[in-house]
Amino acid sequence: MVNVNLQASGVSNPVTAVLLNFRGYDTLLEMGVLLLALTGVWSLAGKTPRQAGPPDPVLELLARILVPLMILVAGYLFWIGGQAPGGAFQAGSVLGAAGVLILLTGWQAGPVADGPGLRTVLVAGLIVFILAGLATMGSGRRFLEYPPTAAGMIILVIGAVATLSIGLTLAALFLGGRPGPPPEEQ
Amino acid sequence: MTTGLLFALIGAVLFTLGVHGLIVHGHLLRRILAINIMGSGVFLVLAAPGGGPAGPDPVPQAMVITGIVVAVSATALALALVLRIRDATGRSGLPGDPSE
Repeated sequence: MVNVNLQASGVSNPVTAVLLNFRGYDTLLEMGVLLLALTGVWSLAGKTPRQAGPPDPVLELLARILVPLMILVAGYLFWIGGQAPGGAFQAGSVLGAAGVLILLTGWQAGPVADGPGLRTVLVAGLIVFILAGLATMGSGRRFLEYPPTAAGMIILVIGAVATLSIGLTLAALFLGGRPGPPPEEQ
Repeated sequence: MTTGLLFALIGAVLFTLGVHGLIVHGHLLRRILAINIMGSGVFLVLAAPGGGPAGPDPVPQAMVITGIVVAVSATALALALVLRIRDATGRSGLPGDPSE
């Protein structure tokens, strides 16, 4: 059934078509699950912050070489997802792994992580997905029922934002507690 | 035996191992690992049908991708819970766990 309707999906990779078009609501809810898990982890964050020792020089060198490469691979995986195995989740996972590697070297996000920027990217995937659904409803279709002519572009935009959100969420889940300065003792 | 059947059988074995680990071990970390092994078994069973003439069925493939990401995030939440329990009670196992 997927292969019969593949023409209308806007992409030629059937798995991406299922994930971001035919069963888009699954993926939409999954972005919600990711966000819920992160909210849970943040609200559970313990009192003891992770001790940051001096980073291992080998690890630091490795991260310097690998992280740009992983970002490149993530971009490729996302882009190729339209035609071949790949896609937002795979790319997001690679981005998340790059984030974990950065965190392992003891890198501190500092004040950037405490501002609204980080949270905007974290929720952007879900927000863009919902906006796309509402936009399709606004044009007289059902929720997340893309018009076949624009489906490719919609999937591209949702996928790109979802990739960033998934990658950042996974890295933030690894970090455990909320980034930024430790909360005041009550 | 076809490859698909082999995958499904290995998936079933993994799931059973996971259930066993979940019941037998009292340490919470081991329980989280056991649940993850159960999940891997389920993913293997889902991916087992493999390729026909038109290639693999994309629906279970997409479900496995979704499932893996959900499993990772659920594991992270469970680990945060374990850390919190250890902070609160000083233990990371269930009462009566011999490894305590």
